[in-house]
Amino acid sequence: MDEPVKLRIQRISKAYRGDGHEVVAVDGIDLEIRNREFATILGPSGCGKSTLLRIVAGLAKPTQGSVRLDGRTITGPGRDRGMVFQSYTLFPWLTVQQNIQFGLQLAGLPKADQAAIAQEFVNKVGLRGFERAYPKALSGGMKQRVAIARALANNPDVLLLDEPFGALDAQTRALMQELLTQVWEEFHKTILFVTHDVEEAIFLSDRVFVMTARPGRIKAEIDVPLERPRSYEVKTTETFLHLKKQALDLIREEAIKATRYKDHE
Amino acid sequence: MSEQEQKPDRASWNVGDFLNPREPIPAGLYIGLGVGSFAVLLALWAAVTYTRLIDPLFLPTPGRVLQAGLDLFFEFDFTTDILNSTYRVMVGFLIAAILGVPLGLLMGTFKAAEALIEPLMGFIRYMPASAFIPLFILWLGIGDVEKVAIIFVGSFFQLVLMVAVVAKNVHKDMLETAYTLGARRVQVIRKVLLPASLPGILETLRIIVGWAWTYIVVAELVASSSGIGYMIISAQRMLRTASIIFGILTIGMLGLITDYGFKWLHRKLFPWVE
Repeated sequence: MDEPVKLRIQRISKAYRGDGHEVVAVDGIDLEIRNREFATILGPSGCGKSTLLRIVAGLAKPTQGSVRLDGRTITGPGRDRGMVFQSYTLFPWLTVQQNIQFGLQLAGLPKADQAAIAQEFVNKVGLRGFERAYPKALSGGMKQRVAIARALANNPDVLLLDEPFGALDAQTRALMQELLTQVWEEFHKTILFVTHDVEEAIFLSDRVFVMTARPGRIKAEIDVPLERPRSYEVKTTETFLHLKKQALDLIREEAIKATRYKDHE
Repeated sequence: MSEQEQKPDRASWNVGDFLNPREPIPAGLYIGLGVGSFAVLLALWAAVTYTRLIDPLFLPTPGRVLQAGLDLFFEFDFTTDILNSTYRVMVGFLIAAILGVPLGLLMGTFKAAEALIEPLMGFIRYMPASAFIPLFILWLGIGDVEKVAIIFVGSFFQLVLMVAVVAKNVHKDMLETAYTLGARRVQVIRKVLLPASLPGILETLRIIVGWAWTYIVVAELVASSSGIGYMIISAQRMLRTASIIFGILTIGMLGLITDYGFKWLHRKLFPWVE
C-alpha cells in the first residue's frame, strides 16, 4: 500500500495520578496510519489501548506527544473522527433513524438530505424496517449496527472503534465482523480499531499493532496480506492460522506479564 | 440473555411458581394481590371494631368513618378544605420544581456548581420543615404564603439533590459520543444531557410531590382556618375520631391519585424508556 499517512501518532504518553502514585497508561507510542487503511491495536486488557484511542478521539489529553490528522494537530473531539464505543451509546429517546441523523442534524443539513443519508446507512447495516424503532427494542448486535451507521453517516475522515463487539456473544460478534469488513470495502475509510481478540484483529485488519502490558508500548507490527474482500472462510486458511499463532504468542507473553504485575500490587 | 418464559399450563401452576426472585407473575394475580392487601386491611379493621374489641372512641367502625365523611362533605364543606390543601401543596411543589429542577441540573452537570451548592443543600435538607413553622409565622403571617413556604422548604432541597443525581447518572459515553459526532458543549447539554435526564426528573417529582402531601398536614395543624389538616385538628378537639380517620384517608387517596397521574404521564411522555 502506498497511500499517504493519514493519522500520525507521535510519542504519545499518558500518565494518571491515581491515589498517591503515578500510573503510566501508555508510554511513548509512535504510529502512522495510512489513508484508507484498516489498522488494529491489539493488546491485553488494561494495556492502555483504549486510552490511546480516546486521545486520538480528542476525549483525553496526552501527557506528552501529539496526534495529527492530515497534518493538523488534534486538540479536542470533532466530527472528523467518528467513534464507536463498546457500551451501547445510542440515544434511547431517539429512533434508529433519528440516532443516525444526530450528527447530520448538528451539521445543519437539510431535513430531506438527513433522511436520505440515514436511509442509505440503515440499508447498509441491514436494519431496513427498524427506522422508527427505539433502541430498547433492539438486540445488542443491532444497537452496534446503528452505532456504526451513525458514525459513518457523519462521513468522518477516520473511524475509531473501541472494542465495539466486546459485549456481544460469539456468533453475533462473528457476523458483525463480517458486516464491518463489507461496509469498509464499500467506504474505505481509515479505521483505527481496538480489541483484545486476536482472531478479530487479524480478520479485519491490514496491519495489527500488538501492545505490551502496562505501561502500553508497541511491541510488534503484523502485516496481514490476506486477500480482500474477506469472508469467514478466510479464518481457516493456512496464512490466517499462521498469523493468528504469531499474534497469540505475542499477546500471551503480555497477558502473563499483566497478571504478574497485578499479583505484585 | 434471558429466554422467553414458557407459559405453563394453568392446571399445573403451584405456589412455588410465583416465588421465583424477580420473575414476573400473571397480571391478574398482580392486580388481585394489590386489591387484596386493601381488602385484608379493611377486613381486619372491621373485625376489631364491629366486635367492639376496640373502643370506638379510639377506632370507629368503617361504616362510622364513611358516615363522618359524608357529613364532612355535605355539612362542613369539606370540598373547600380539600381544594385549599391541594392548592397549597401544588403551589409549594411547583415553585420548588421550577427553581429546583434547573438548579439540580446545573449541579449535576458542572462540578463548579456542585461545589458551590451541594454543601449548602446537604446542610439545609436535614433541617426539619416543621421546625420552620414558628419562624415562618413570624416572617410570613398565618395565611397561605406561610403554608406554601413550609411545603417549599420540605420539598425544594431534597428535589435539588435528587435531580443532581439524575443528571450525574447520565452515562458519560453518551456525552462523549455526542462530542465525536460534532456536538459543541451547549449542544451536548441541550440535546443529550437534558433529554436523557427527563424521565429521572419526572420520577423525582413524583416522589417529591408525595412528600409535599405529608407536609401539608404539618403546615395546617398550626395556625390555620381551613384545609384538611385544619379539619383534622378541629376534629381532635371535638373527639370526632371518625373525621380524623376520614381526613387521613383522604390525604392518602389524593396522594395515590397524584402518584398514578405521574406514572401515567411517564408512560405517555417516555415510551422509549427501557
